[in-house]
Amino acid sequence: MKGILRLAYKLLVNDTAKFSAMLVGITFAVFLMMFVTSMFSGVMKHASSTIINIGASIWVMDPAVNTVANSIAMPDYVLDAVRSMQGVKYAVPLYSGGALVKLPDGTYQTVTVIGLDDTSLFGRPELIEGKIEDIYAEHGFIVVKDAEFSKLENPQIGSAFELNDNRGVIVGIGKVATSGLYGIPTLYTTFERAIQYIPNPRYTTSYVLVEPKSASDIPQIKQQVKALGYRARTKEEFMQNTENFFVFQTGGGTNLLIMTMISFIVGLSLSGQTFYTFILENLERFGALKAIGTKSRDLIVMILFQATFAAFTGYGLGVGLCAFLVWLAKERLPSYAAMITFSNLAIALAMVVVIAAFSSYIGVRRVLRIDPFDIFRG
Amino acid sequence: MPNIAIQASGLVKWFGEGEAKTMALRQVNLEAQFGEMLYIVGPSGSGKTTLLSVLSGILRPNEGKVLVEGVDIWGLSTDQCADFRLAKIGFVFQDFHLFPRLTTAENVAIPLILKREDWNKAIDEAKKYLDIVELKNRAELPPVKLSGGEQQRVAIARALSSQPDILIMDEPTASLDGDTGHEILSFVHKNVLNKDRCIIVVTHDDRIYEFATRILNMADGKLGDAEGKAA
Repeated sequence: MKGILRLAYKLLVNDTAKFSAMLVGITFAVFLMMFVTSMFSGVMKHASSTIINIGASIWVMDPAVNTVANSIAMPDYVLDAVRSMQGVKYAVPLYSGGALVKLPDGTYQTVTVIGLDDTSLFGRPELIEGKIEDIYAEHGFIVVKDAEFSKLENPQIGSAFELNDNRGVIVGIGKVATSGLYGIPTLYTTFERAIQYIPNPRYTTSYVLVEPKSASDIPQIKQQVKALGYRARTKEEFMQNTENFFVFQTGGGTNLLIMTMISFIVGLSLSGQTFYTFILENLERFGALKAIGTKSRDLIVMILFQATFAAFTGYGLGVGLCAFLVWLAKERLPSYAAMITFSNLAIALAMVVVIAAFSSYIGVRRVLRIDPFDIFRG
Repeated sequence: MPNIAIQASGLVKWFGEGEAKTMALRQVNLEAQFGEMLYIVGPSGSGKTTLLSVLSGILRPNEGKVLVEGVDIWGLSTDQCADFRLAKIGFVFQDFHLFPRLTTAENVAIPLILKREDWNKAIDEAKKYLDIVELKNRAELPPVKLSGGEQQRVAIARALSSQPDILIMDEPTASLDGDTGHEILSFVHKNVLNKDRCIIVVTHDDRIYEFATRILNMADGKLGDAEGKAA
């Protein structure tokens, strides 16, 4: 069998023009699909950055909340009620809102302000400069050193700014796992300072962050929160909810689907057509092989191998090209939102398998229909 | 080894049905011996190629029986018949049907590879057959770099590489000029034909009749001895 596969390999690869055309088609299709889906994955990850960075197991929120960035403030009693629920180890409030910062040069910059529970500072970023207790100092803020850091004029510890006519001072520089989607810097402070500095409606608690006593308590916590008229979502559910919002309610999903389908059709038609031409060009020779004594099973193996080899080589090249370009873009643009995930790889792989199956099918169908008698007849 | 290579009796083959029905073979009987170079000659459309295909297990007859070395080849399954062809019959096609993307040696090695021989061993073996057809120095070239005569020799080497007892040559000179065709058949007669091998040649090129042991004339689907040619 090894010899037959080697024969099939040589027949395919030595036809440089057609093999290259097939590879270009599949590589391009895989690249397109990987790029689109990895950009989407990247955007989704950035959209869920606050959820990832804060790291709470359960988020309690207004049922109408779609994404973490669009919180709906809840009354203070929700926090007390959640704290008294069965199965809750602890619960803390979180403030999340936007504000305008006036920089020393007089320009304004939009920022996201995260107000952490004053007692526990639950969800605080990892500090790379400064001390966490300084967040309690007068006007204290921690700035996140991410891709948007420079928009605050690269502040140092001690740098001052204005936030709604209040003085703010950078007391620490932190880092987080994921930067935000909207390209704006993030400042952390205490919950009390956040609601003091930023004008708010009657209610101030954006989210209540809950840690259950055990994972088995999660269903009953969700049940109790629901009875209260609010919704409790696990970290994963909240991220999924955010993703669903972008997929189903913003048109992002439709665009993703269209782009994926286009790349699939491009790959399928280019490789299918080229492989079919390759088979047609060698049809008489395949017929001669049949006359010599090649069994149909061997011909099927040869064609399957050729289509699969071309498809998987194209897959590798497409994934490699995509990974290289994402890496290159991230080198130049640190906030570039693209991320190759196992799901992206699996989707592209499934597409390539379909391309290989389709190409094999049309090739096998054609070759099996050749009558060696036609080779004699000329 | 019994002396009869192929024994065919009562072969009938038609194409189409109803008014479109065309008789290609009409009660053809044939016996081919080992050690002979049997020519089947006749005009185009006389049924030569159909007969060759039926004899070699490629085209199933509507009626009749074909025994190759005593085996009823039309009683075999498709895969058994393919294996039988691979083991016992070598084919030289009119248009050579060499793979242009493979080297000459790789082309010759194909029947051996199909017989599951190790690749390198098959290539070494193929080079021996290229040596027999005096083309060993062309082993690494693609067939397109060879002349028509050389390509036909490669096709012969490929047919011989599986050491067949029967060699089927379909219009072997049709794609060659007169001198080259003559030279090729002379070579086959001298170097390929032996007492353990039967060669059947379908042709209408009378310039190569001199190499025939026996000539059978085919006309309108019927077979008979050619006039004036000694067996």
